[in-house]
Amino acid sequence: MLIIGERINGMFKNVREAIQSKDKGAIQDLARRQVEAGASMLDVNVGPASDQPQEAMVWLVETIQEAVDVPLSLDSANLDVVRVGLEAREGRKSLINSTTGHQEKLDQYFPLAKEYNASLIGLTIDESGVPSTVDGRVEIAMKILAAALEHEFPLEELYIDPIVLPVNVAQDQCPHILQALSQFQILSDPPPHTVVGLSNVSQRCQERSLINRTYLVMCMAHGLDAAIVDPLDKNLMDAMITAELLLNKNIYCDSFLEAYRKSMAAG
Amino acid sequence: MPLPDLTEKWSGSIHTVKIGATPEEGGTRAYSIEVGGETGLPFLNFEGETPHRPVVAMEVLDIEPPEWPAALLEPFGEAVKNPVDWARKCVEEFGADLICLKLQGIHPDFGDASPQAAAETAQAVKEAVDVPLIVWGCDDDEKDNAVLPVVSQALAGERALLGTVKEDNYKTLTACCLADGHNLIAESPLDINIAKQVNILVSDMGFPPERIVMYPTTGGLGYGIEYAYSIHERGRLAALSGDVMMAMPIICLIGAEAWRAKEAKAEDEEVPQWGPQGERGPMWETITATLLLQGGADILVMRHPKAVAAVRQYIEALTQ
Repeated sequence: MLIIGERINGMFKNVREAIQSKDKGAIQDLARRQVEAGASMLDVNVGPASDQPQEAMVWLVETIQEAVDVPLSLDSANLDVVRVGLEAREGRKSLINSTTGHQEKLDQYFPLAKEYNASLIGLTIDESGVPSTVDGRVEIAMKILAAALEHEFPLEELYIDPIVLPVNVAQDQCPHILQALSQFQILSDPPPHTVVGLSNVSQRCQERSLINRTYLVMCMAHGLDAAIVDPLDKNLMDAMITAELLLNKNIYCDSFLEAYRKSMAAG
Repeated sequence: MPLPDLTEKWSGSIHTVKIGATPEEGGTRAYSIEVGGETGLPFLNFEGETPHRPVVAMEVLDIEPPEWPAALLEPFGEAVKNPVDWARKCVEEFGADLICLKLQGIHPDFGDASPQAAAETAQAVKEAVDVPLIVWGCDDDEKDNAVLPVVSQALAGERALLGTVKEDNYKTLTACCLADGHNLIAESPLDINIAKQVNILVSDMGFPPERIVMYPTTGGLGYGIEYAYSIHERGRLAALSGDVMMAMPIICLIGAEAWRAKEAKAEDEEVPQWGPQGERGPMWETITATLLLQGGADILVMRHPKAVAAVRQYIEALTQ
């Protein structure tokens, strides 16, 4: 399971303040702690409130890569912000988070990802918005896959994101997303990677951690192989490790939590 | 239409364990041996590397073997009466890469030799041959815990491979090997979950994973070898997929298992239709070895010189 740490996001007050005051230490500490907790990639998002998003992205990328050597997920809906981030990576591995299924976006993002040898997340949203049905999601996923083939983009670098919605807003969508994850598995052989921005499921809910980890396990049982999560939530990470075990991805032993973490630490 | 690339790409690798210390490294061995380091399945050199070929250790007992059949004793002659002569013969005549000294004689049922006597035997074998050493206890936990620390100390600095530790008996020997700079054999009873657990328990004591060799128990040909094979292979697949707690090289007791089979140990007059034991036994041992090599075995502990020669030839052919 690819764990992408979500904590470096300008949406969070501490990160916003660190960006404003150019507090490298705070960002680097957050980067290190997430990696130590099991993140093998870090999401980097300057946040919605940033006045100079490009500058902030470059500063964040440079600050983080001074401290940790993991791929970064460059998270922005703005292509220029993503591009300066990719440039600042200076050839290190990145994931572009993300393109949508809009045709003109696909035609921009696949060439960009190829140019920088980056992976790419494709969200199942298009001109008509977020689909409310399983079929709608699968249809956009197919469109994204077709675009990847057309642009000769390596499928193992592509992640399909069915867009997790908050349970207190769109409860009926929670099971649809699980079904969509299952159906993505039969779109290609080997199946495309799938990813979710997990914490969205519990936006503005109480019991966020419980909802997050329960949904993560359910998604994993439907084929999910990457997730943007809070790796500092130990209960969530324990649930993820246990789910991998029960999906027969790792060999059982009594100290399976520790064994998993040792393997994570060894990279 | 281009052919799709079906080769496996592995993310993990097997730890490299170094056995034996040369004078420059503080020991007295003529050379050290590295095992492990594979980045793919055995002998599939188009998928990964096998930087160190599997090695053959010849088994030497500290006492005259109480139950070995005549065909197995014959090549060693009088040497089986003395571990020093026996070890020398294995190295000088039969080309053993390592010597595995099995301390059978410390077992309460086989002479109950004292820790001091065992250490003296180990010391004498060490002085007689200059190849890297393996020392294997008698599988009586209490006696092993009394003897192996003394042996470990006697061989301090030689970077030997000592065993075994088990899930319920690992602290004493782990601490000794840590202090005396040896490698360790982690044993499990044909149980992959326990194999992993022992590795974790040992490494939790601060013992470096790169100094552990796994003994997941060996099954002889015709007597559960497929079960042993599948456990070895499953562990190897997990290791190559990134499970560092399964990424230890594997040691197999080939000779001991093969010669337990009636097909190897039955005397000629008992089963004349099976052909001469002097051929049949080594053949049984050879096939046991070659099969387990395919499952990922890194160190083969063997007995009959004919089988040793055949297996070395087989390894040469597959690794050249």
